[in-house]
Amino acid sequence: MLGLVDGLEIRVRGQVQGVGFRPFVWQLAQRFGLQGTVLNDPEGVLIQVCGAGLEGFAAALTEEAPPLARVDAVECRAFWFDLLPVGFVIAASRGRGAETRVVPDAATCPDCLAEIRGNGRRRGYAFTNCTHCGPRFSILRGLPYDRAQTSMAGFAMCGDCRAEYENPGDRRFHAQPIACPACGPRLWLEVAGAEVPGDAVALAVARLKAGQVLAIKGLGGFHLACDARNAAAVELLRQRKRRPAKPFAVMMGEGDLGGFCEVSDDILGLLRGAAAPVAVVRSLGKLPEAVAPGMATLGVMLPYTPLHHLLIDGFGGTLVMTSGNLSGEPQVIGNDEAREKLSGFADAFLLHDREIVRRLDDGVVRADPPMVLRRARGAAPGTLPLPPGFDGAGQVLALGGQMKAAICLVKNGQALLSHHLGELEDALSWEEYLRACADYGALFDLSPDVVACDRHPGYRASRHAETLGLPVVRVGHHHAHLAACLGDNLWPRDGGQVVGIVLDGTGLGQDGTIWGGEVLLGDYAGVTRVGYLRPAALPGGDAASREPWRNLLVRLDQAGLSGLADEVLTGMPLGIARAAVKAGMNAPLSSSAGRLFDAFAAALGICVGRQSYEGEAAMRLEAMVAGEAGAYAFGEASGVIDPAPMWQAWAADRAAGVLPGVMAARFHAGLAAAFCAVARRVVESGQAQAVVLSGGCFQNPVLLRACLNRLKGMKVLTHRTTPANDGGLALGQALIAAAQRLTVAESG
Amino acid sequence: MALRDERVTLAHGGGGKAMRDLIDEVFTSVFQPPGMEDQARLMADAVQEPGARLAFTTDSFVVTPLEFPGGDIGKIAVCGTVNDLVVGGAVPLWLSAAFIIEEGCEVALLRRIVASMAREAALAGVRIVTGDTKVVGRGAADGLFVTTAGIGVIQPGREMAAALIRPGDVAIVNGMLGDHGAAILAARGDLALSTDLHSDCASLGHLMQAVLAAAPGVRAARDATRGGLASALNEMAEAAGVGVVIEEVALPMRTEVKGVCEILGLDPLYLANEGTLVLFVPEDQAAAALAAMRSVPEGAGAVVIGRAVAAHPGQVRMVTLFGGSRIVDMLVGEQLPRIC
Ligand SMILES: [Fe+3]
Ligand SMILES: [Mg+2]
Ligand SMILES: [Zn+2]
Ligand SMILES: [Zn+2]
Repeated sequence: MLGLVDGLEIRVRGQVQGVGFRPFVWQLAQRFGLQGTVLNDPEGVLIQVCGAGLEGFAAALTEEAPPLARVDAVECRAFWFDLLPVGFVIAASRGRGAETRVVPDAATCPDCLAEIRGNGRRRGYAFTNCTHCGPRFSILRGLPYDRAQTSMAGFAMCGDCRAEYENPGDRRFHAQPIACPACGPRLWLEVAGAEVPGDAVALAVARLKAGQVLAIKGLGGFHLACDARNAAAVELLRQRKRRPAKPFAVMMGEGDLGGFCEVSDDILGLLRGAAAPVAVVRSLGKLPEAVAPGMATLGVMLPYTPLHHLLIDGFGGTLVMTSGNLSGEPQVIGNDEAREKLSGFADAFLLHDREIVRRLDDGVVRADPPMVLRRARGAAPGTLPLPPGFDGAGQVLALGGQMKAAICLVKNGQALLSHHLGELEDALSWEEYLRACADYGALFDLSPDVVACDRHPGYRASRHAETLGLPVVRVGHHHAHLAACLGDNLWPRDGGQVVGIVLDGTGLGQDGTIWGGEVLLGDYAGVTRVGYLRPAALPGGDAASREPWRNLLVRLDQAGLSGLADEVLTGMPLGIARAAVKAGMNAPLSSSAGRLFDAFAAALGICVGRQSYEGEAAMRLEAMVAGEAGAYAFGEASGVIDPAPMWQAWAADRAAGVLPGVMAARFHAGLAAAFCAVARRVVESGQAQAVVLSGGCFQNPVLLRACLNRLKGMKVLTHRTTPANDGGLALGQALIAAAQRLTVAESG
Repeated sequence: MALRDERVTLAHGGGGKAMRDLIDEVFTSVFQPPGMEDQARLMADAVQEPGARLAFTTDSFVVTPLEFPGGDIGKIAVCGTVNDLVVGGAVPLWLSAAFIIEEGCEVALLRRIVASMAREAALAGVRIVTGDTKVVGRGAADGLFVTTAGIGVIQPGREMAAALIRPGDVAIVNGMLGDHGAAILAARGDLALSTDLHSDCASLGHLMQAVLAAAPGVRAARDATRGGLASALNEMAEAAGVGVVIEEVALPMRTEVKGVCEILGLDPLYLANEGTLVLFVPEDQAAAALAAMRSVPEGAGAVVIGRAVAAHPGQVRMVTLFGGSRIVDMLVGEQLPRIC
């Protein structure tokens, strides 16, 4: 029987829970003078509403949605009420899973910023937040997401906060981390274990101005901070942290950006966004060299918590904000842990008593072309849509690689790619990794049918796969890179074959040898190797990844330039390395492109003996590139790309005294040309629909732009929202495992 | 003598007079086994005591080169089996020795190796009481393979097993790590390494007796042979269901060993040792154990390297020089590069 009063039932899908959507609907209903209910259920938000002005109301749901909401669909259908509803109410949530959605931590919103700068009760309060901003995932202990399940549980709301929390008309309605100076977390400055009386922010600012290093507890972990314009302070931090060269990120007010770097409107949008990542942008070179030695770029971020705003407002300058950790370990998150581990680095600690439950590094994006380099704070636990053709894929858990570890969960047509979990040989990162497996699983209510991992038996994640009691799909490293890029671009499962140029460090190839410079033809279901960099030994195995001279030696020897190797690499133990290569003593052959970058960097005198951080040689080489300067020709036969001619051309340039920046440019252009020529041939033969560019080397914008140039006229897929490096592997693994299951299901 | 300066031929394995001569001259004249039957008949006095138990172990030895600074395959074959008995708390008594000889092996080399075995057996207080010899064609073996088996006695009440290790127990090694593995690599002519390294190859019976007298509560010991300290600790952690934490700064290692590892890209924690053991002892007996070890030559360099913990059962972690904590895994097959 139909009801008496006609109205609408509106289904809203997307990221609409935990973002203040229901109070937003409530406020809209007040504005349009409507009656009815709004509630959360497992599919999203459900609204039943009647009254005049329904059309404007439905449109406003999308147009005026709260800042952290993402509305994917608004579906309206007719609905009849039995009785005319009285007013508009927020009803109890319905169904299991309705309250399980958690959104990422979000940067301070303009309203909250105005409050801490204004004269109200939250003036100067470092933990101000609302439904549009503040901590989420970083303070979450368990589900459902409400205050009792966060590290705010121990803070009893005061009357004023409670009133805001319970008022649907307030932007703090059901803001779980709501706080004020009367009831919320407290900030203090500590020196040698003792609290320093006074205004913590003012005390911290004074110390920063005096050139001291501070350990600052932030949102997802500790930072070490100092005055970025004070070269002595930056050097001090480098010395103490034993971090000679890895670039430091800096934080500054928006108004200062233009003075230090080139920031496009797109990047400004990203910096200002709720995710508030570190953006790697072109530097104007106005900061001391020690901030980012040898780099032409600068990693910048805007203040993203009230505490950061208060610090930057008070300091009035630019701060180095580098993660507070011991060398090789992840960021420190606990107060005691910080006291124990960072006291050798920091002169003082700016601490608070809101516990960080989950370690979330700062996210990193690159400007041109735009690409996510590290998915972390602000991105997790966000979901990605699956490409077409993956409906019915079941539930998949993918465990990722060994370095830049991340896991991926697939369920209900969505993929959840975790935050950056670090290097798994490190014990703390490993614990974080196991915990991520457990709590992302709970968050997504995942019961996987299959687990996917890398086929390298020595990756800790791959060993972990064996312990789960599930069917294991072992995925080739470079196939996973390719599939991750396909997934990033929503390439349909039946979209046809693509040709992938996959360039990275090392990964175990499908023939059991070490790959890293590959041209692969295929799709989610499988790939064949149609081209690769001519292999060379990695003398010392992983030692070759740390010491560029090893790679230069083998490549020059291979190119018949042993005499030149002797000359360029004086002082290195060449005899032993050559003997080890000859004897096959820990010197596996590899087609790694990353190691070729290292070799060429060493050829120009960059990081010859050792890199002080992963990727240093290649990053410095890239920074050295001086415009367009032609290209070194590589050899190529049947898809095997031979760098020997390139080395010979370089030797001639070197003898002629050509500038290093020119040689660096010719190397990048030549490598891009060689791989793109092979890929182009495959596309032109009609075997592939598009070219995929993936693997860690494509974090290098010079290489990426050179390839994009060479591939003009073809469809080219690049990473955008997922990392091209191993941080994206898990997505590729998950899609490959899902595709296999679907294929089996369809043929059976 | 007829065999001098000769090389072993297939005829020496044929079962005839040539074989008899080889065995008599090269082996039995040196080892002097009791009796000439094809079995050793052993006096069982040592096991008469109620509660005493026999320990029995065997190992095969292959090493290139056969002779190296600090030892040879024969010495390893004695030490290895003796040490397998010793780390279980047994007093080693008798060994067997079987030889697979590649055609063309120099008799003089055989004599040196056999002499070395006899010498080491005497030092270790064991007798080589039975044995066997086979000759195989060229390419079927790499010069010489040796298999030894050993029998020892465990005195009543002595109970040593990795499963007995408890959180809080202290881990001690008796000396330098990786000397053997590094010396062997250096002795391989093809690597062009020139070092003064010597294998640590040694029998550890006297050391163990000294420790057990001073610290009878020793829970377990392992010789850190193939797979190195890392493998020994992993096996023990897993068997005991405890975690193990070691300190990088405490690991005794020669600069030269570090150098060889660095240049070849090897992790010294995985390098083989032939005279190095690690043991776990309750904390209150650690000082006594350490002092006792240092009182014998094989333990002069004994140091505490870490301890068992309740956290991360089955996992070995190393606190690095920078203060971080690295997981030290068991090797999975061949070591493949992992850095992408
Ligand atoms: Fe990779
Ligand atoms: Mg054995
Ligand atoms: Zn806000
Ligand atoms: Zn309050």
